[in-house]
Amino acid sequence: LAAQRSAVDGASTMEKITDYQDASTYNNFYEFGTDKSDPARNAHTLVTSPWSVEVEGLVKRPARYALEDLLKLAPQEERIYRLRCVEGWSMVIPWVGYSLSSLIRKVEPLGNARYVEFVTQADRKTMPGVSSRVLDWPYVEGLRMDEAMHPLTLLSFGMYGEVLPKQNGAPLRLVVPWKYGFKSGKSLVRIRFVENEPKTAWNKAAPSEYGFYSNVNPDVDHPRWSQATERRIGEGGLFAKKRKTLMFNGYESQVGQLYAGMDLKKLF
Amino acid sequence: MGTGSRRQSWLAPGAVRPAVFVLCLLPFAWLFAAAFLDRLGANPAEALIRSTGDWTLRFLCITLAVTPLRVLLGLPALARLRRMLGLFTFFYAALHALSYAGFDMGFEVQEIARDIVKRPFILVGFCGLVLLTALAATSFNAAIRFLGARRWQALHRAVYLVAGLSILHFFWMRAGKNDFAEVALYAAILGALLGWRAWRRLAARKAPPPAFSR
Repeated sequence: LAAQRSAVDGASTMEKITDYQDASTYNNFYEFGTDKSDPARNAHTLVTSPWSVEVEGLVKRPARYALEDLLKLAPQEERIYRLRCVEGWSMVIPWVGYSLSSLIRKVEPLGNARYVEFVTQADRKTMPGVSSRVLDWPYVEGLRMDEAMHPLTLLSFGMYGEVLPKQNGAPLRLVVPWKYGFKSGKSLVRIRFVENEPKTAWNKAAPSEYGFYSNVNPDVDHPRWSQATERRIGEGGLFAKKRKTLMFNGYESQVGQLYAGMDLKKLF
Repeated sequence: MGTGSRRQSWLAPGAVRPAVFVLCLLPFAWLFAAAFLDRLGANPAEALIRSTGDWTLRFLCITLAVTPLRVLLGLPALARLRRMLGLFTFFYAALHALSYAGFDMGFEVQEIARDIVKRPFILVGFCGLVLLTALAATSFNAAIRFLGARRWQALHRAVYLVAGLSILHFFWMRAGKNDFAEVALYAAILGALLGWRAWRRLAARKAPPPAFSR
């Protein structure tokens, strides 16, 4: 998947890129099982072609986009982002895609569209995990409009220069690098513009543990574990010390102003 | 030995115990080799912590299955394996705790103390380990003589409590994933093994009292 270097502030890092092998075999994608090795083992059944995405709700131009058209909607860029999982591990991944804002501008949201809801594929026949009652399927995520419009918010079609492996959310997914990984929905089928805060999957499952915002924040612990440190996958072997987690996953200078005046302990 | 005593012969302590000992060491050997060869996947620390925990649960089930199997199959010789299996349960529990303390917490005592307060499931696991340590430390014959058989047996019934703590520990850990299938499996096995004991006690108590004449 050809891509140009991104000019977006924060879109590159000097940190060591995680091995492709690790990034494509250690995944949370519960539609294919809850063990991190499950998605790589089970996701081959996902049918990614033909694929289309319904863009709907409070927009002037709702449309059903075929994947081929989405791929050409804006120039593909390479963005090297840190990925911080809420479970306390992290990776550095070179994604391929473009800012979600490119798509949003095309459909022209109405004035009362304050949030964007992302609905992901939930097909019992091709996704064995959807038959489990682990979460309320389909997996739904959401962003506030200004978060969705932020240039770092990426609509991604590939990684490591290739199209996305199925276990990583093929054929297209979201990547929101300053939020915990679960905020970035995989295998998107519907993008809806709405007035009220969307009911997101993990927030519904455990509201006291997973807030709507879920910004990476070392000062706000998960109720059951500390978020102050993280294990960088592939770094230094078994005996490596964990790293300190950075505010907004290190993207504070880019996104900090989105949350000015908000009590992030309450709106975690 | 003739074929007639085959059942006895393969359970002969001389042949069986070393074989079982080696079998019990296999998971450890496999994990050690996999760690050494970097075959534990993307997050080897997590893989070691999880699999030593899994093996602790499995050995707990195996150890607690000895008595029911001994009675139901009529194989008194099985009792000779119980102590070794119990010690292996402790061995894997100790490895589990060490992996957590080392790989996850960098052996920082303050960090561990904070984590125990933060995460009740760590506290539950810690309590289970303390109990298992007490049982392992009193597992030799001299301890039985020193404590007296009755008190020793009372102490070693704490293994039932360990079973409960282990399931709670596992349940709490999996609660984050909302995925209780495996927890339910182990709970069912341990529940059956403990339930059988409870049922037998009850049955013994309810047995018709000896008839006596007025």
